[in-house]
Amino acid sequence: MSARLSFHEELEKLHQNLLKMGTMVEEAIHLSVKSLAERNEDLALQVIHHDDEIDGLYLDLEKECFRLIALQQPMAGDLRRIATVLKVVTDLERMADHAVSIAKATVRLKNEQYVKPLIDIPKMAGLAQSMVRDALKAYIDQDLPKCYQIGKEDHQVDALYKEIYNELIGIMQEKPETVNQGTQFLFVAHYLERIGDHATNLAEWVIYLVTGKLEELND
Amino acid sequence: MQSTPVVEVKNLNLYYGLTQALFNINLSFERNKATALIGPSGCGKSTFLRTLNRMNDLIPGVQIQGDIQVNGNNIYHSNTDIVHLRKNVGMVFQRPNPFPMSIYDNVAYGLRIHGLKDRKKIDQIVEQSLQKAALWNEVKDRLHTPAKGLSGGQQQRLVIARVLAVEPEIILMDEPTSALDPISTASVEELIQELKQNYTVIIVTHNMQQAARASDYTAFFLNGEVVEYGATDLLFTSPKNKRTEDYITGRFG
Repeated sequence: MSARLSFHEELEKLHQNLLKMGTMVEEAIHLSVKSLAERNEDLALQVIHHDDEIDGLYLDLEKECFRLIALQQPMAGDLRRIATVLKVVTDLERMADHAVSIAKATVRLKNEQYVKPLIDIPKMAGLAQSMVRDALKAYIDQDLPKCYQIGKEDHQVDALYKEIYNELIGIMQEKPETVNQGTQFLFVAHYLERIGDHATNLAEWVIYLVTGKLEELND
Repeated sequence: MQSTPVVEVKNLNLYYGLTQALFNINLSFERNKATALIGPSGCGKSTFLRTLNRMNDLIPGVQIQGDIQVNGNNIYHSNTDIVHLRKNVGMVFQRPNPFPMSIYDNVAYGLRIHGLKDRKKIDQIVEQSLQKAALWNEVKDRLHTPAKGLSGGQQQRLVIARVLAVEPEIILMDEPTSALDPISTASVEELIQELKQNYTVIIVTHNMQQAARASDYTAFFLNGEVVEYGATDLLFTSPKNKRTEDYITGRFG
């Protein structure tokens, strides 16, 4: 029987809201890349509009963390949980912003014929998205091995980014008329690479939550 | 903890009659640090604190086994001078207990008991002690008025000044702020930070936030045992023992 029942209920609510935000961000990443691959402007606009809701949840979660720190003087595991939420929401919010940027690229390219079918970008997106999903799962299950796995997956995302980068530079040098489109895809690849980095940060915060140790996974 | 400890407790067991209250305590306290002893009521933390200047000698039926060394000397050795021990290891209690005399006489009391007669010297030590206890500015114009006229927080700092006047090395505090309001509590906690530069402070507290704020090391007591002892910042962020975690996060019992 907990002596601080109401506080621990509030912590549980914080946890649930973080998962809600995480799920929404994961969805936004998925839909943004889908909109790009399928040249679906409506889907892209949906991602862009939906971001306000994510931002709202982000601010609510942040305020709730500050309130609990000020009023409840959390200790030990409780303190680490709140610190983790406070850091994780920032990473999630950034990821959502990157999804919006990808959706905006869809809108900008809506009237263009793509120079080649998109293969590597959806592949990279799939990887980044599964890293986010795994990080959220690792948070729920406090799963350390999964966190280290995510660190390794980030290297794959980085490798794909390098490949895409080289390929796009090659295409643009060969066909200067593709520079506008090529630059948009370069940005998209960059956003996905950043999403991978943020997912790695999530994994690092889960390690902190479980062990109290701050570690760098992607150095 | 690298430097030589000023107090070292080895295999300490304590009994009240047939009831064992402390079980095999091993702790060492570092010089010029503040150490907090936390734990639920009846866990033995105050009993333990009182072993450090033999205050338990005054309670009938108390039996102590083990070894407590202050500066390398076993204080339970038969040739220990208890008056000297309690001067060196001073104590502040839960309720401020100024003597029914003036502010000045309260601080001078210990000096006179120890035979100091030089008026100038006494004046000087009284002022210094009140300065160190962060009380001088509030009382310098009414040194010869009754100590009972001070507020609770001021009385507690007066008691600390009285302890400081006899130049102890170690100051034991048994819940020194539990009878004080939040502002007086803050001033006593602030004082602990000042004091530890020149003294070793060991404080029993029920208030975990106080332990977290005011101490360098924390020992968690439970049922007469030390469950965990370590740097305060680690103990309150990543305790090693599940029972410590449960206690400090209020998941206990």
